[in-house]
Amino acid sequence: MNIITGSSIMNSLSDIGVMTRRNMLRYIRLPQLLVFNALLNVVLLLLFNYVFGGAIQTGGIAYIQYFLPGFMVQTVVFGSTQTSVGLSEDLAKGMIDRFRSLPISRLAFITGRVITDAVRYAVLITLMIIVGSIMGFRFENGIMPVLSGIGLTILFGIALTWVGVFIGISVKDVETAQVAGFVWVFPLVFASSLYVPIETMPSWLQVFSNINPVTPMVDTMRALSLGGSISASLWKTLAWDAAIILIFLTLALRRYKSIGQ
Amino acid sequence: MSNATNSNEVCQNASIDIKGINKSYGKLQALNNVDLVIEQGTVFALLGPNGSGKTTLVRILTTLLRPDSGSAHVAGYDVVREAHSVRSVIGLAGQYPAVDEILTGKENLEMIGRLYHLGKSVARARAKELLNRFDLAEAANRQVKTFSGGMRRRLDLAATLIARPSILFLDEPTTGLDPRSRLGLWEVIAAQAKDCNTVFLTTQYLEEADRLANKIAIIDKGRVLRQGTNQELKECCGGDTLIKVRIADSNKISKASDVLEDLAAGKLVSYPDTGEITIPAINGPSLMPEIVRRLDAHNIIIAELALKPPTLDDVFLSITGHTALENAEAKQNTHITGRDDK
Repeated sequence: MNIITGSSIMNSLSDIGVMTRRNMLRYIRLPQLLVFNALLNVVLLLLFNYVFGGAIQTGGIAYIQYFLPGFMVQTVVFGSTQTSVGLSEDLAKGMIDRFRSLPISRLAFITGRVITDAVRYAVLITLMIIVGSIMGFRFENGIMPVLSGIGLTILFGIALTWVGVFIGISVKDVETAQVAGFVWVFPLVFASSLYVPIETMPSWLQVFSNINPVTPMVDTMRALSLGGSISASLWKTLAWDAAIILIFLTLALRRYKSIGQ
Repeated sequence: MSNATNSNEVCQNASIDIKGINKSYGKLQALNNVDLVIEQGTVFALLGPNGSGKTTLVRILTTLLRPDSGSAHVAGYDVVREAHSVRSVIGLAGQYPAVDEILTGKENLEMIGRLYHLGKSVARARAKELLNRFDLAEAANRQVKTFSGGMRRRLDLAATLIARPSILFLDEPTTGLDPRSRLGLWEVIAAQAKDCNTVFLTTQYLEEADRLANKIAIIDKGRVLRQGTNQELKECCGGDTLIKVRIADSNKISKASDVLEDLAAGKLVSYPDTGEITIPAINGPSLMPEIVRRLDAHNIIIAELALKPPTLDDVFLSITGHTALENAEAKQNTHITGRDDK
């Protein structure tokens, strides 16, 4: 039975592929999952831009220019709560037990989920760029910075997806997963530089906003879209990605192993 | 399915070996020092009421749950330290079908086949074969959400069999199954037991355990009370028949119990309120004249005399003195008058 490691790596890759395909088929066959998610984002984009946009001082640039780079980040932050919902559904329907009884690695099962979500984020971000462009948004910094910004945003989404995975397999039912998601994403999104400049907040909140992982991500994205210095925020956001993945990957794998204990 | 029938000597290895397993959920002790050895080629039934620990044991043996203490080997692999190896030789059908509603029947089977690393073409061929075998060929390309409950269970069972597991775990497999599917399940179990493969199933029904299994263990409140072949269990625990006597004058019940005591193969139970006495017996019909003679000799009038196959409840009563359903449903022993012994 001593199969060489190469074959078990091949098996793991095949497992990840099978799991990814399974999750993708859910989005293709239940398009409403993605469609309503996308619609919600479009509605929020329109509301925030036209309702609050005029009232927020952003130092001379149009609000849509200030706001859209951050909104792309918000799309993936909100999107990661969907991960919890999908996984808790699998848990409730016994699918996770089925997968856990199969000779596949824990990592393969969860990675399949994360890859699917990365694709979902890419679709949503593209849609936001299209709608934003119609509303007057323009990239002022050329195509390469934009593409790397999108890449970084998706990476940030992947990091947060591990949080979603952990929550999804930790809570008891789908409804809880849904609510539990909002508890952590709202403070992250609003107490950051995403909607308003941090300097306009009370000083105690500025402390939180400055360490909030969303802030450096948004600052990086904004700098890549509009020009400006990125190095400080880029390193911060990469460090956050690594820390979040490390912590929540460990937690999620441990949790997966002990489901039902 | 190869037709090669192995001689019994080949099937001597222990397929499942459980030593001193304990498992608690908080204060509730789900399993209490469970020891079991199940040989290859056995259809084994774990028989017990709801909440007796059956599912907990299945979950431990299928690596879904870690025992608090004790050890278990499945096909020679430790269920904790060699969980991955255990998973590659078992198939598990849980109490509720675990199939993906969004995928089609065929996609579900191919997915599970691929996850057992059968390879694309083998998985496809095997899926097709099982869809035919389980009468699902017509529905193969329909999403499972359109399937009936029985079809889902059949698909779940097919998924369990896709990699030809050498040990098949079925947790209450006949629950919610229509008669046609039930028949199919029995065939699966019989086919599986050939070629030294093992089946481990749980059930609440003595009749089912008796029909399907050749080894039975009785579990209650996390303890294995008895184990053995069907015949051994019947002999130790109340025989293959239950004789029910109801006497006209319930005041005479203690006298009647004394008179009939030595005929019982297990514990004779009397119910002073109703004047009923139940006597577990081996070869019950032959005892009927003797019962009538003895009671008649003591001027005890018989209001009712009946034979029935013992239920799990009766076996429990004869082993433990309490019924299996005592706390759960407080179900009364129902009269099945005039029903012949099978």
